[in-house]
Amino acid sequence: MSEVITVSDDTFDEAVGLSDIPVVVDFWAEWCGPCKMVAPILDEIATAQAGKLKVAKLNVDDNPRTAQRFQVMSIPTLLLFKQGEAQARIVGARSKTQILSEFEPHL
Amino acid sequence: MESGATREVVILGLGPAGLTAAIYAARGELRPLVLEGEPSSTSDQPGGQLMLTTEVENFPGFTHGVLGPELMVSMRSQAERFGAEIVTERASRVDLSASPIEVWVGDPQAPEPTLRSRSLIIATGARSLMLGVPNEARLLGYGVSTCATCDGFFFRGKQIVVVGGGDSALEEALFLTKFGDTVTVVHRRKELRASKIMQDRAFTNEKISFRWDSVVTDILGDDRVTGARLRDVNTGEESDIAADGVFVAIGHAPTTELFTGQIEIDQAGYIVTHEGTKTSATGVFACGDVQDHAYRQAVTAAGSGCMAAIDAERYLSSLQEN
Repeated sequence: MSEVITVSDDTFDEAVGLSDIPVVVDFWAEWCGPCKMVAPILDEIATAQAGKLKVAKLNVDDNPRTAQRFQVMSIPTLLLFKQGEAQARIVGARSKTQILSEFEPHL
Repeated sequence: MESGATREVVILGLGPAGLTAAIYAARGELRPLVLEGEPSSTSDQPGGQLMLTTEVENFPGFTHGVLGPELMVSMRSQAERFGAEIVTERASRVDLSASPIEVWVGDPQAPEPTLRSRSLIIATGARSLMLGVPNEARLLGYGVSTCATCDGFFFRGKQIVVVGGGDSALEEALFLTKFGDTVTVVHRRKELRASKIMQDRAFTNEKISFRWDSVVTDILGDDRVTGARLRDVNTGEESDIAADGVFVAIGHAPTTELFTGQIEIDQAGYIVTHEGTKTSATGVFACGDVQDHAYRQAVTAAGSGCMAAIDAERYLSSLQEN
């Protein structure tokens, strides 16, 4: 079973803002090809980092408020949150190695 | 990835060329290994340029068209059905003069290559060109985009600029009219390179207008795009155009860095092929957009992929005879 959680406009603040471990939020949509490439990589990261790092998916089609709030204008966008604050941002699909090396300094 | 024994054929790249080569090589029982590349949001990704398109209307066999990513997924399953082994990694170094040919994945400085293969098919395709203007990289993801199908959604009711004059620029412009209030196509010439049918569609679309003989010299905006600076190529005069999004579709350049100095590459950067798909290195074949500056279609890429697999197969059997 995947460790990845799903968040929405309504649950974002609780699930991400109040998390005691860092959370990577994947802003994605069904119609986005590169998003599909990134999804399995995030699954792997969520499993490997379980307990240390949470991975959450937010569908921008259904949750435009949160996407707008964080100025997401391109997907996939990955945002790393610590205590509810956005610390790092990756725009566009990347390999697992690149994602981890961008986020590691913030963990 | 299993390195071990020497492979018969390794294929670099997984667009229509690499996939067709994989299908033919797999059916020829050559057990091809395909290094498909790594995810990205440009055309330099597994599946290639078609991953960023919507409807492909000119690939034979699909009366009503097919979605680019869907076509690639189904070609990929077809290759896997015949036993092609596909790995989501990128080659980091090759030695084409070694026999067998040596391929590195991961650390290019590693003393031992990751793979050895008797033949190699290069199908690394072409990647999208960026404008290279001062604020483009900074605003990428904040209004600057290389993928209309990914990002068009965020520009509902907005003003959009598309840069380019080929089929992909017009396809993006037409797609973006679903979201934007206005779509302005900025092109450096007075005529479009795009096909007649795409031009007709663009000219009759009320939301699309054109800025001819103009190049983008900068993208404007602090934390998000607010416009673009244009220069008229005839008068040299600069002017600003307001825009919330700038979509870059100015064409592609072949992905050949890995092979520089090892095989013949022409002045425009394309791999030179002769007698079908042979390159200047023995046992190395090239197909698709990496060697094609004339046609650059999904169907021609697929066709040349088939040629490369047959050429590799003949080369391998000639080795056995000697």
